[in-house]
Amino acid sequence: MLEISGLVKRYPSGPQALRGVDLTVKTGELVALIGTSGAGKSTLVRCINRLVEPTEGKIRLDGTELTALDHRELRHARRNMGMIFQEYALVDRLSVMENVLSGRLGYVGVWKSAMRRFPPEDVRRALELLERVGLREYVDTRADQLSGGQRQRVGIARALEQQPALLLVDEPTSSLDPKTARQIMRLIVELVKERGLSMLINIHDVNLATMFTERIVGLQDGKIVFEGTPEELNEEALTKIYGEEDWHAESRSAQAETADNGNGEKSDEHVPLNTAEPGR
Amino acid sequence: MSDHVNAEQLWSKPPVIENRWLRWGITLVVLVYAFFAIRSFEIDIPRIIIGLDRGYDMLLAFLRPDFVARQTHIVRGVLESVAMTATATLLGVILSIPLSFGAARNLSPLPVYLVCRSILMIVRSLHVVVLAILFVVMVGFGPFAGAVTLGFNSIGFLGKLLAEDIENTNEESMEAVRATGGSWLQVVIYAVWPQVVTRFIGLSIYRLDINFRQSTVIGLVGAGGIGAVLDTAMGRYDYNTAAAILIVIIAIVLAGEYVSSSIRRRLT
Repeated sequence: MLEISGLVKRYPSGPQALRGVDLTVKTGELVALIGTSGAGKSTLVRCINRLVEPTEGKIRLDGTELTALDHRELRHARRNMGMIFQEYALVDRLSVMENVLSGRLGYVGVWKSAMRRFPPEDVRRALELLERVGLREYVDTRADQLSGGQRQRVGIARALEQQPALLLVDEPTSSLDPKTARQIMRLIVELVKERGLSMLINIHDVNLATMFTERIVGLQDGKIVFEGTPEELNEEALTKIYGEEDWHAESRSAQAETADNGNGEKSDEHVPLNTAEPGR
Repeated sequence: MSDHVNAEQLWSKPPVIENRWLRWGITLVVLVYAFFAIRSFEIDIPRIIIGLDRGYDMLLAFLRPDFVARQTHIVRGVLESVAMTATATLLGVILSIPLSFGAARNLSPLPVYLVCRSILMIVRSLHVVVLAILFVVMVGFGPFAGAVTLGFNSIGFLGKLLAEDIENTNEESMEAVRATGGSWLQVVIYAVWPQVVTRFIGLSIYRLDINFRQSTVIGLVGAGGIGAVLDTAMGRYDYNTAAAILIVIIAIVLAGEYVSSSIRRRLT
């Protein structure tokens, strides 16, 4: 459903962030992007919905060439791509409900959205999503009153309120503690699978990547240097992506965690304490 | 004891200007200039003594403020000033909003930004008294000139501060709204406006307060309001009335400041 070919991004100042990336995400596939800070993960994800303008290359989403779209068509195409951000990117002074409903802005006119007159089915879906992420009673709470984990749940609800086909996720857990990080990851993956969405997630925590996704893509200095299943992510692969280090713990836990992935998904809220930080 | 001596030798605070010649040179130039500047004023000692005498009369009169003799003028002056203040603030608020969005670099393309910034800069470079003189010439004496003056001045103040607030808004929230397929206007309404609105209300109330204070000054150059009444009283050497007017102004300004700051404190 998503085909990227020859993607290059050169920032006006500084080095080349992406040097020719080819990547395909199939419908219903969960792909994790891993790599060091500055490898270009965030740029790659942002090039897809053109929050960052790509310099060269083609990006096709369900047959639409995204890089060729004009301003209006781009807004239209963005409705199909939900995005979840590292620092949640909520509007602090708006309520939880307003933040979730802002996922519908691509569909609702300026005046109606300014007056907060969203169609009833949008509001109903927002309420269902808030129920699903466990924030039903916080509907009218201002977003800045919530904790980090709760804020990211609002971010998730906003992205899904869009009813996207593709979910772009940019470091969703790096501002969270390890336990909350796992709960958030589990929630995202469950929601994506329930709805049969595709997901491209950029994540620096190798353990989380191997635990929750089916395909790992390693980015190094703007180029893809590894592509494979979590099991294939061995010490050699990790060295290719991150450079020379002692990768014993990561590669071992990668194999162990993929093995019990199936069990992990069932428990939603209760993460057993002994698996809170495995492999460390 | 030797410790103490050593500590003094080991470290002393470095001077702000390191070069010793430059440091003393600047001091000398400032002192010499001050000396000649004062000399150039041709200070007339006998005149000051006469003035002191007049000042004493004025002081005595101020101790007996007369609210009654020109009561109707004072009341009318205050009402005029309040009307000027209110219209001017409203005008400033309405006109400064679009200008400030134009003058925020993160929202506007470069040409729009430059035009809006220039307008704000020009408006701000003119002092309120200078503006008042201009508008009195353009639209005639009276409170209308005052309202236009204060409105103009408010645009510069509110526009610049709001533009800076807009530039400091969280970029990620804007990205998030853009990523949903929202238009430019929706980014403004959903991501920018909520982040700046409370401070903008606070600034507007603060400006209301400033506008009343300034309305008293521009009255002196013919722009109506309580300042004009004060000017007339001073011109007639009617210090008792002038004293009453000053007391009224002080009372209103203090009350306004109190109300405005207590409202602003509640905004979060």
